Amino acid sequence: MSTSTGTHCPYCALQCGMTLTPLPPAGARVGPRDFPVNEGALCQKGWTAAALLDTPDRLTHPLVRRRRDEPLRPATWPEALDLIAGRLRELRERHGPDAVAVFGGGGLTNEKAYLLGKFARVALRTSQIDYNGRFCMSSAAAAGIRAFGLDRGLPFPVTDLREAETVMLVGANVAETMPPFVRHLRRARDHGGLVVVDPRRTATAELASLHLAPRPGTDLALALGMLHAAVAGGHLRHDYVGARTGGFAGAWRVAARWRPEEAERVTGVAGADQRAAVELLAGARNAYVLTGRGTEQHSNGVDTVSGWINLALALGLPGRTGSGYGCLTGQGNGQGGREHGQKADQLPGYRRLDDEAARRHVASVWGVAPEELPGPGRSAYELLDALGTSTGPRALLLFGSNPVVSAPHAAHVTRRLAALDLLVVADVVPSETALLADVVLPVTQWAEEEGTMTNLEGRVLLRRRAVPPPEGVRGDLTVLRELAVRLGQPAERFPDDPEEVFAELALASRGGAADYSGLSHRRLRAGETPHWPCPEPGHPGTPRLFLDGFAHPDRRARFTPVEHRGPAESPDAVYPLVATTGRTLAHYQSGAQTRRVAELVRVAPAPYVEVHPDTARRAGLADGDLARVVSRRGAVEAEVRCAPGIRPDTVFVPFHFPGAGRANLISNPALDPVSGMPEFKACAVRLTPARESSARESSAREIPAHEEGS
Amino acid sequence: MSPRRVVVVGYGMAGARLAELVRERDPRGELVELTVVGAESRPAYNRVLLPGVLDGTMTADGIALHGREWARDNRVRLLLGAVAVRLDRAARMVHLADGPPIGYDALVLATGSRPWLPPVGGLTGERGEPARGVATLRGLDDCARIAAVTGPGVPVAVLGGGVLGVETALALGRRGAGVTLIHPAPHLMERHLDPTAGMILARLCHAAGVRVVTGLTAVRHYPDEGVKLEDGAFVPAALTVVTTGVRPETDLAVAAGLGSAEGVPVDDRLRTADPYVHAVGDCARTGDAPSGLLRPAWDQAAVLADLLTGAGPTARYRASPPVTRLRAGDVDLTVFGASHLGLDSREAEVLGYADPARGTYAKLTLDGDRVTGAIVLGLPGVGATLTQLYDTGWPAPADRLALLLGRTPPPAVDDDPARLPGSTVICRCNSVTKDDLTRAARATGGGVTALVRATRASTGCGDCLPKVRRLADPHETTGTPT
Repeated sequence: MSTSTGTHCPYCALQCGMTLTPLPPAGARVGPRDFPVNEGALCQKGWTAAALLDTPDRLTHPLVRRRRDEPLRPATWPEALDLIAGRLRELRERHGPDAVAVFGGGGLTNEKAYLLGKFARVALRTSQIDYNGRFCMSSAAAAGIRAFGLDRGLPFPVTDLREAETVMLVGANVAETMPPFVRHLRRARDHGGLVVVDPRRTATAELASLHLAPRPGTDLALALGMLHAAVAGGHLRHDYVGARTGGFAGAWRVAARWRPEEAERVTGVAGADQRAAVELLAGARNAYVLTGRGTEQHSNGVDTVSGWINLALALGLPGRTGSGYGCLTGQGNGQGGREHGQKADQLPGYRRLDDEAARRHVASVWGVAPEELPGPGRSAYELLDALGTSTGPRALLLFGSNPVVSAPHAAHVTRRLAALDLLVVADVVPSETALLADVVLPVTQWAEEEGTMTNLEGRVLLRRRAVPPPEGVRGDLTVLRELAVRLGQPAERFPDDPEEVFAELALASRGGAADYSGLSHRRLRAGETPHWPCPEPGHPGTPRLFLDGFAHPDRRARFTPVEHRGPAESPDAVYPLVATTGRTLAHYQSGAQTRRVAELVRVAPAPYVEVHPDTARRAGLADGDLARVVSRRGAVEAEVRCAPGIRPDTVFVPFHFPGAGRANLISNPALDPVSGMPEFKACAVRLTPARESSARESSAREIPAHEEGS
Repeated sequence: MSPRRVVVVGYGMAGARLAELVRERDPRGELVELTVVGAESRPAYNRVLLPGVLDGTMTADGIALHGREWARDNRVRLLLGAVAVRLDRAARMVHLADGPPIGYDALVLATGSRPWLPPVGGLTGERGEPARGVATLRGLDDCARIAAVTGPGVPVAVLGGGVLGVETALALGRRGAGVTLIHPAPHLMERHLDPTAGMILARLCHAAGVRVVTGLTAVRHYPDEGVKLEDGAFVPAALTVVTTGVRPETDLAVAAGLGSAEGVPVDDRLRTADPYVHAVGDCARTGDAPSGLLRPAWDQAAVLADLLTGAGPTARYRASPPVTRLRAGDVDLTVFGASHLGLDSREAEVLGYADPARGTYAKLTLDGDRVTGAIVLGLPGVGATLTQLYDTGWPAPADRLALLLGRTPPPAVDDDPARLPGSTVICRCNSVTKDDLTRAARATGGGVTALVRATRASTGCGDCLPKVRRLADPHETTGTPT
């Protein structure tokens, strides 16, 4: 009789605890497990997660093709690995090390993220590595570092939220994206203190006592108006601002221009509502400002997050027990994934690649000379955009990501992938991107392997092996080791035992911002789930950061003077609507996993576009019709879903679907200058019936032009 | 190429904004060498917030737009307390009251406006300056002067019931002064409001402790005593604050042959008749745009910064339609466009809602589906929505009543699951419908635990648990879930 294993959910950054009981010969059953973040609760994705273990189209042997016009055919592991190594050597000799690029993911374990970065920099010596977390957390991370000197999504345990009388969620739809999280908002809801900022009346907004619905892309103006309201309303915490922060005057001088009535004209949120939200935050005994992708995925995402942090600082929230600012990390290991060196500009321990001391330390752990480490490379979209161009990489090794669906301007990215000399994809299932590859490597997943994850509150968790992997698949760590050896590296430099890799990661992180050096698989196996930093073996971890001071040298948090600028693309006569993208409860990210779970597909089978009924009618569309949402870059086809709670000037498209239903066919790759975050959350579009009749077209023309800059 | 010498005369809101935007486009001063001449001795500040300084919610320092180091940090030559007295267009020099003249390649007049005092006996001194006991509200110095004499209980008269007059009267009222607001027209803000809205606004002022006298003209001011009205009545006042409007400050331009008392005419590149001289803000006349509003001044500054730095050589100024916002204490007013049309108008569709007892009023004019004007008092959410529709030209929603009264009301939530149709999703987190639950209740024989185990309802966010309880035990249907 098989016993059950305590583990964590394969999806989002909440990392709910669950048990898995194997059901031989294949598959497993999910059971509830009491864990602080979820208290035994799970959403439908979690309950059905075991379906991933026996999905019928699971990859179980490598696939290769010599030419793109040939179909993929089964191959042995040695054949596939030799083929890759041979092609990589050839390309590197001919074009230099930067001809090979690596793309990782925020779902990879800490061990994989770490070894992937080491592999790129040591075995490939390429600077061309980044990951899909650039599309998730990069804006909040950059703003967090700017303000606090350190980025840990939630610098406090998620359970602290239970004591809060006010929680303001900005661009976060937790009722759909991480349902068990909603349990921690009960007190705020009872106090009438749940404030939700979202252009849509989402499931989360339905729970709110105050819902602010700004026009997409104007969040920073809203943050400025609210900072103004905080100061004008006498809510500035002078003592806190004086003792624990710097730079208020500069930030205020910008906000001094933004009376709530000015912000109202730009955002559409009434000045009175801005003041009401500020009063809820200022009047609560404990209050939190939490941001999500809705406010971060913009070409001014970093400044926008700084705007929210400025507000939190003015109200004296961060760095106090029971109050604070945090961002809600999205991907399962979105936190750990941004700490261990798969980012273009980073080394393990959340160190900077351009920091000499950091290079020396990490190089010594890796047994290489610091000058052998390449410098910072392209950010994710820039990297994808450069693939197969005369100055860009010729080969790409892709782990834990599906950019054909998830990258902005997806059709363009697909063309760039097709232009490569070599595309290698390691995945569990034949994802949309894997189907384009020259070599596909079948790898283990989640419950078939050991590995650590760092959840949205910086808690380090051991995800344990609960079932044996199917025959024929290998772990990502083994794949990296095999390739490294074929590229001339000593085998001992690339261990494939997760425990061993973690020990090395801990060493590499020692003294860094995200210090894991006191952690080991042994401690985690014994049931501990400490929050980093954990700099000593006996150290209990750090659930709450910043209580004694922030991570800047002067221990003060910094206000940043930030000015509003609108989205890169404003509506006009041809594209009069704003499209925003996001998630829906039944699916996760590109859907490569959840679209293979029958129960979830039954709930959300096809792409849809959420539209205000007036807007639908004016476009000649009714509920259930097939519509085209057209931007300057492409069109997505989706079923109309009328929703009176969405702004009439805005449409929403979930991004989980493939093919013609890819939301990213329309999204705008305008990048934030600091973080490299693309503008997923606002682009100009028009809405038309998918099968246009001339009568419908004429009624579509009734939508008038927007005036630029109004 | 040496940088272009740009001299901005005026360091108010328009001049300061222009300087900021020039430096945003040319941070290192490679394109533009920037000189700003300011008559006041302090850094620029946000004049819109002066009523806030008066009622104590803002400080003088708190409304500053720049710090002391702003000029140095931004490579701007800033001359404070400097008065430009003459413009020599032929030599392209501007002369100051003190100090050497300054040469320019481009000059920008951002001289703003000055308060206008009506011809009321005793209101002004010999040179047209405010008489003793009379103040205007244009700058921080005025604020300090008014604050010095308007403590609690002190009688104050405010002359002029426009936006600034109402804001000032309410701010002084919040200071505790005994305020009388005197306005010669039959109702307040008559250029913006219809009589009903004016009446409701006056009631709101009364409720805030401000006495409102309309339809009567002040005929004489007596220092330390007060103001006499045309009907002979006397309004006692230790101080009379005059808020009867502003006039463009154009002396420098007029002497140089570039304008009149009504303003300095400019084209869509903000150029005066002299191509080397520009004007922005209150002193500029751009055709139909009214003065005294912030947004046109800032829009103009952005266009001119594009042109002066070459960052946007094709930038042109197009006036955006003005929206008037008055917000003071509990008074929240939005007015724009064709706000005068009555419900009987044949020119446009006009809708109205009035609740004088509660201080709310909403009137909306439409041309087809396009919002063309509105007055919204005491319904801030409605004001915000209508302003967006007006600004964007977006069609008004079909449900006019919802539009006029505020947000679309949330769908009526029936808390009793017994009355819901079977297909209703009870647990969103796990996609469980009422039918699923009733079927499971029959199969398991009832009981919450069994029902939850069978369907997983309520195991996500947990919100639906009360409903699941009631479906598990029909006897609870009428009870309140715990």
